[in-house]
Amino acid sequence: MDILPILSTLRRHKITAWLLILEIALTCAIVCNAVFLISQRLERMRIPSGVAEHELVQIQLANIGNRPDAAARAETDLAALRQIPGVQQAALTNQLPLSSGGSWNSGVKLEPQQQLDTANVVQYMGQNLLPTLGTRLIAGREFRPDEFVDYADAVAALQSGNMKGLPQTLVITQALAERLWPGRSALGRPLYFGQGIPFRVIGVIANLARPNMLEKGAEYSTVWPIRLNLTQGASYLIRCAPQDREQILKAALAKLKQLDPRRVVLEKRTWDEARYEFFQSDRAMASILVGVCVALLIVTALGIVGLASFWVSQRRRMIGVRRALGATRSNILHYFQTENFLLATVGIGLGMVLSFGINLFLMTHYELPRLPAIYFPVGALLLWLIGQLAVLGPALRAAAVPPVVATRSV
Amino acid sequence: MFGYYLDLAVRSLKRNKMLTALMVIAIAVGIGASMTTLTVMHLLSGDPLPGKSAHLFYPQVDTNPTNEGSHAEPPDMMDYRSAVDLWSAQRADRQTLIVDSSIKVRVPGGKLPALMETMLSSTSDFFPMFNVPFQYGSAWTSEDDARHARVAVILADLNDKLFAGQDSVGRTLRLKESDVRVVGVLKPWRPLPQFYDVVGGRFSDGDTAGFYTKPEGVFMPFTSGLEINDGNFQQFNCWHPPERPGHLEGASCNWIGLWVDLDSAAKVADYRRFLAGYAEQQKALGRFTHADNTRLRNLMQWLDYNGVVPRDVRLQTWLAFAFLGICLFNTIGLLLAKFLRRSGEIGVRRALGASRAAVFAQCLVEAGVIGLLGGIGGWLLTLAGLSLVRRQPAVYADMAHLDASMFIVTFALAIASSLLAGLLPALRACRVAPGLQLKAL
Repeated sequence: MDILPILSTLRRHKITAWLLILEIALTCAIVCNAVFLISQRLERMRIPSGVAEHELVQIQLANIGNRPDAAARAETDLAALRQIPGVQQAALTNQLPLSSGGSWNSGVKLEPQQQLDTANVVQYMGQNLLPTLGTRLIAGREFRPDEFVDYADAVAALQSGNMKGLPQTLVITQALAERLWPGRSALGRPLYFGQGIPFRVIGVIANLARPNMLEKGAEYSTVWPIRLNLTQGASYLIRCAPQDREQILKAALAKLKQLDPRRVVLEKRTWDEARYEFFQSDRAMASILVGVCVALLIVTALGIVGLASFWVSQRRRMIGVRRALGATRSNILHYFQTENFLLATVGIGLGMVLSFGINLFLMTHYELPRLPAIYFPVGALLLWLIGQLAVLGPALRAAAVPPVVATRSV
Repeated sequence: MFGYYLDLAVRSLKRNKMLTALMVIAIAVGIGASMTTLTVMHLLSGDPLPGKSAHLFYPQVDTNPTNEGSHAEPPDMMDYRSAVDLWSAQRADRQTLIVDSSIKVRVPGGKLPALMETMLSSTSDFFPMFNVPFQYGSAWTSEDDARHARVAVILADLNDKLFAGQDSVGRTLRLKESDVRVVGVLKPWRPLPQFYDVVGGRFSDGDTAGFYTKPEGVFMPFTSGLEINDGNFQQFNCWHPPERPGHLEGASCNWIGLWVDLDSAAKVADYRRFLAGYAEQQKALGRFTHADNTRLRNLMQWLDYNGVVPRDVRLQTWLAFAFLGICLFNTIGLLLAKFLRRSGEIGVRRALGASRAAVFAQCLVEAGVIGLLGGIGGWLLTLAGLSLVRRQPAVYADMAHLDASMFIVTFALAIASSLLAGLLPALRACRVAPGLQLKAL
C-alpha cells in the first residue's frame, strides 16, 4: 500500500485531519489515565485484611459511661456471648480492619531520642483479639494472659510516669516489621512510642490491615496487650462459622439486651458488610470511571464514523476514477483503512505524551503512582482497533462505489 | 433575518438526520456529564452563609507546648482553657464555643426506644451568628449559659421523631441521665458543608464527604452540655493522654472550637492583635511554646484550608470537562464536514450576493440550534445523572438537585460550546470562493 497519495490527500484536509487526531489523542490520554485510576481503586479494594473474613460479627454498644463496674460488666457480657452455641471466640476490640469511623493511630520511633516518627501505625487492643480475628502468626508468639493490662491502669501509669504499669510487649505485622527492620528479624527488637516509651516485639503476624487511613501504610498495624471495656468505645467481636453469622448476631443481641435492656446498639453487622461499606465510594468511583471510558470511546468512534462518511461521500468521484483505472475494491477498502491507521497513529503518539502529562498532574495532586508502561501499548492497540472498526462501515461503502461514477459529473 | 437563518438551519439539519443526531448526541452527552458534576461541585463548594461568611472567623492558637509533631500549623481545635479564655474575653461582636459529643436521647415516659444523637454544646450566640432558623420557640440566653441551665434546642428531624413534629417547646427530654427542657425547635436546616464543625481536613487525604453530614440533633449550652455528658467527649488530639477518657477539662487535649463574628476590617485587625497578645501572655505563663503560631481565617478560608470539597468530586469534574472537550472536538469535525459538503449551496448564496458575514452568521445559527437541541438532551441527561448521584452512598447525595441557576447554566453552556465548536467550521464555510463552486456545479 502506497501511503504517499494518502498523505497528499490529508494535506488538503488539514483541519479535519487534525481534529480527528486531537480527538483520538485526548481520548487516548483520558482513557489511559481513567483505566489506571480504576485499576488503583480495584487494587485498593483487593487489599488483604488478614482476618477470618467470613467468620466475624461485630456488635457495638453505646458507651455506658465511666462507672466502677465497667470492666466487670464487659467480662459478664463476654462470658455470656461465649456461651451461645456456635460462638468460637469473642473479644472486645477498639477497632476493626477496613471499617470507617475513627481509628487509633500513633507515631512510632526506632530510637528513644528520635525527633520525627519513623512510621505512623495503628494500635489494635483487646484481650483474646488475635485468636478472634484469626490472624496468622509467622514468627515469635502471641500474648500470654499475664501480659495484659487494663486500659485504665495503663493510662494511669502513663500519667504518673510509672513505666512498669504499661504493657511491655507488642505484636506487629510483617509489613511493618519489613518497614522498620528491612530484611532482619523483628523479634525482640525495641520500638518507641510517644516520648520514648519502650516496647518489645514478641510476635509477627502475616497481615492485618488498618481500619482506615490506608495511605499511611495499609498494613502498618500493632497489637497491644491491653484489656478494654465499653467505656473506650470498644465493640464486641464474635467469631463463628460463616453460615451461622446471621443467627449468632441475633442471639448475641438478644443476650446483650437481656443482660441490660437499656443499652443502645450502635452497630450490628458482619465483617463482610463492614468491608463492603468501607469500599463503597471506591466502588462508586470505579463504576463512574468505567462509564466515562465507555462513553468516551463510543463518542470517539462515532466521530470517526461521521468524518469517514463525509470523506467517502466527498471523494466518490475520485474513487470512481480509481476504480475505472483498475483499482480493485480491496484497494479502495485498504486506502481508507490505512488513512485511518495513519491518523490514529499520530493521535496515539500525541495521546501518549498527553497521558504522561496528565499522569504527572495526578501524581502531584492525587498522590498517584506513575502510569505503568504497559498502558501505552495496550491503549494504542485499543484505539487502533476502535479506529479500524469505526472506519470499516464507511470504507466498505467506499469500496462499493461503482467505476461508472467516474463518467458522471458529480 | 434571524428567522430566515433559523429556517435554513432547520432545513439543513433535517437534510442529514444521521449527522445531526450524532452532533446533538455528542453535545448532549458532554453537557450531561459536565453539568452533573458541576451541579455537585456547585453544591459542595458553595458558601454556606452567603453575605455573612466574610464576617465569621475561626481563631487558632498553638496549644501544644511539646516539640512533638509538626508546628507548621496550629492545631485545628483548642484545649479547654485556651478556648474558654478567648471566649470569655468577649472581644468580638459575637463568639461561640463548639464541641460535639454523642448522647443517648429519649422522652421520659415515652414509648420510643432511646436514640443515639450527636449533641452540640455551644453558647447562645451560636444561633444569631449562623442565621439558624427557628420553627418554634427561640434560642437560650446568655444567662442560661452562665447559670448552666438545663435547656436544649432540637433539630426539626429529631422533633419529628420524638414529638411527631408538634410544637415541643416546654417538653422534657432525657439526655443520658439528665432531664432538660426544650426551648426551641429549628426549621429543617442543612448548611452545606456543615461548616462550623469542619476540622482536620488536612488529615483526611481528600476523603472529606463527612463534612456534609446533617447538623446535630440536639444543641445545649456549653456549660451544661459538658456536665451532663461528662466522660463522652472526644479529643481532636492530645499531647498527653487524658487521665479519665472522655473528660477533657484540664486535660492536655484539643477538643473545642471557637467561632467569632467580626464585621469590619478594623475589628479583624484588633482581634488578630488580641489573639497574638493572648498567645504571648500564655507563653510568658509557660503554657505555650509556639506563641507566634496563631491564625485567624474567615469561614471561606477555613473551608478552603480544610479542602472541604472531596477529592473524588474534583476529579470527576475534571474528567467531565475533558469529556465535554472531546465531545466538542467531535462536533467541530462533524460541523466542518457538514458545512463543507454544502460548499455548492454556499457558493450559490455568495454568488447571489450574500456577504461573508451573512454566511458566517447563518452557519453559527445552525450550530446554535444544534447546541439548543443538545442542551435539551443534556438537561435530561443531567437529571438522569443527578438521580444516579442521589443513589450514591455519599452523605450529601440527597441534596443533589438541579436548581434554577444550574438549569440556566446547562443551556448557556450547551449553546456556548456549540457556538465555539461552530466557529472554525463557519469561518471555513464563509471563505468558500463563489466562482469555484459554481464552476463545478
